[in-house]
Amino acid sequence: MTTTDRRTAGTAAEPSSWTAGCRRARLHVITGKGGTGKTTVAAALALALASNGRRVLLIEVEERQGIARLFDVPPLPYEERKVAIATGGGEVRALAVDVEAALLEYFAMFYNLGFAGRSLKKMGAVEFATTLAPGLRDVLLTGKAKETVTRRGSDNKPVYDEVVMDAPPTGRVVTFLNVTGAMSDLAKRGPIHSQAEGVVRLLHSPDTIVHLVTLLEDMPVTETLEAIAHLRETGLQVGNIIINAATEPLLAPAALKAAAKGQLDRSKLAAGLRDGGIEPDEELLAGLATQAEEHSVRVLDEADCRAQLAATGLPLLTLPRLVDGGDLGGVYELADRLAEQGVR
Amino acid sequence: MTGRVLDLGPVLADRRTKIVVTCGSGGVGKTTTAAAMALWAADAGRKVAVLTIDPAKRLAQALGLEELDNDPRRVDIDVAHQDGQLWAMMLDTRRTFDEMVAAHSTPERAAAILANPFYKVISTSFSGTQEYMAMEKLSTLAATGQFDLIVVDTPPSRSALDFLDAPQRLSSFMDGRMIKMLATPSRGVMKIVGAGFALFSKAVTTVLGGQMLQDAAQFVQLFEDMFGGFRERAQATYELLRAAGTKFVVVSICEAESLREASYFADRLRAEHMPLAGLILNRTHPPLADLSLGTTEAATKKLQAKSAVTAGVLTIHSERLAARAAELHMRARFDRVHTDLPVVEVPALPSDAHDLPALREIARRLTGT
Repeated sequence: MTTTDRRTAGTAAEPSSWTAGCRRARLHVITGKGGTGKTTVAAALALALASNGRRVLLIEVEERQGIARLFDVPPLPYEERKVAIATGGGEVRALAVDVEAALLEYFAMFYNLGFAGRSLKKMGAVEFATTLAPGLRDVLLTGKAKETVTRRGSDNKPVYDEVVMDAPPTGRVVTFLNVTGAMSDLAKRGPIHSQAEGVVRLLHSPDTIVHLVTLLEDMPVTETLEAIAHLRETGLQVGNIIINAATEPLLAPAALKAAAKGQLDRSKLAAGLRDGGIEPDEELLAGLATQAEEHSVRVLDEADCRAQLAATGLPLLTLPRLVDGGDLGGVYELADRLAEQGVR
Repeated sequence: MTGRVLDLGPVLADRRTKIVVTCGSGGVGKTTTAAAMALWAADAGRKVAVLTIDPAKRLAQALGLEELDNDPRRVDIDVAHQDGQLWAMMLDTRRTFDEMVAAHSTPERAAAILANPFYKVISTSFSGTQEYMAMEKLSTLAATGQFDLIVVDTPPSRSALDFLDAPQRLSSFMDGRMIKMLATPSRGVMKIVGAGFALFSKAVTTVLGGQMLQDAAQFVQLFEDMFGGFRERAQATYELLRAAGTKFVVVSICEAESLREASYFADRLRAEHMPLAGLILNRTHPPLADLSLGTTEAATKKLQAKSAVTAGVLTIHSERLAARAAELHMRARFDRVHTDLPVVEVPALPSDAHDLPALREIARRLTGT
């Protein structure tokens, strides 16, 4: 019930949601069940963080080119490209990490492989190596993220104020971030091993924070709760739960309750409509009442889901369901909503 | 919306329909849709098995699937027709793989394969293994002839139709060329890539360790004999999917990303000559009241102060009209590309479906009966 009372939960400023831990962190890892809008939220967070003239890097690790589609730019090559300017003049750059390229980059660095690398790629040698040792893939991807977080410019300041990573979905994120586990796949010595040790230090430091994107539906909420427990066991810092596509309640709590049970007073509704200049017939009344019932059931179900999430003690950020979501305008709108809730 | 309508009732009731495969991206209600179709067919008097991949907990409970046992179990419910039966199972990828190995090998050899550390990687985390095993299980179930109809859910693939490609990918990976080259890099290989390969081999050995390469090489040796059998079997499954008794349905919600995936699925299925029945457009929001946006908004304004409840009810209606307009826009874009693809819309239920009455309601919306 607590949530339906808070009618403006999605829009009101909740500055406490963006905690000191969030402000302190420089690597924001975004995970969520497939279909919850993880990539869109990651992009919105990058934009929100980039306001006030900061420079933020948005990283994609699943080779899906989701960022390019979202920002309506050609597929991203394996290099950092500017994709958006934030309000206040900040800048979002994007990078789609390519595992093969990352591995060859390492080999080139340590073994001077040069152009032979390319023919190896053609032969499928790199895919082979990462298939043989799936942990290697994760070490390479997180390793690249670490490199961007720690990179410094000629002025010796970090090149990026923050890095936002669109990480694998909840089901795989702990394995992905638990580089210590992945290292058991690797030889006990060697350059990648020592690189991995540095990644472990970064991921388990206050510089890294994991946010979870969820919808207010059974499956995503269950997966979110499982992932939180798992992340905490692994000693990774969990930041916010970001609720996406929440339904904004359009009826007061008492009316919601009645409507959800199909007990909305139809004669009052009919009178109200007449006051508004609409002459209702039975069919219209029934249709409107059913729509109100469906809306109310949905809102109350969502309130239950929200209560389960709140019980984790983690701060919640809420984003509304956008009618025309999934495009660039939507990303900016969601970034504004995050800023309103204290993200900076 | 001039396109054709997908009429699923006759498809599911037809005795000639032996297999229905649902595909689509994650989070669109594929599993629920598969379960609803299976229940509808059981209610119509058929003996149906539904093969699910990763059902929501409460849906799994409703289907009596508390545990993973990799064989269909009869769901203990009353179906509308006395001859109807509903069976359900949840795929256990690893076990299906184990069973496939056992079926193509001697017991000793199978034991050696199962004990190889590298087998764990291939049978659980090789990309596409889950898709492959879903089809393998379907093949096994179909071969028993135990069911009139098998409805199969597919994993939410990252790339369209991984389940068609996985057998091929696995066998090209396992044909051992790379593994042999890495294990014994001195023989002949130099001619192909020159010194770079020796360096690469050294690098890989440094990174992964020699033990893993040895395990992999041993694994491939053990596996080699079975490959003929695997390939034949994969080919048979492929033919089964193309057979007249099989129908594919693509499931999508009315959003850009999901429809883009659906588009890939539809194109790919057609390119492979797979029998595509049509698209299920899930969780749509057709308005239930006939009141234009203009009238609604004018009345809402007037009522804001007077009657908050009526104003709220009208705002719910306006939002529904807006959501519907966006859906129709998306759908029109899809229809332009897939002009002759039959489509059925399934209006959204207000709650997640996790019991049998809800599944029957979805089935009713799916079939229009």
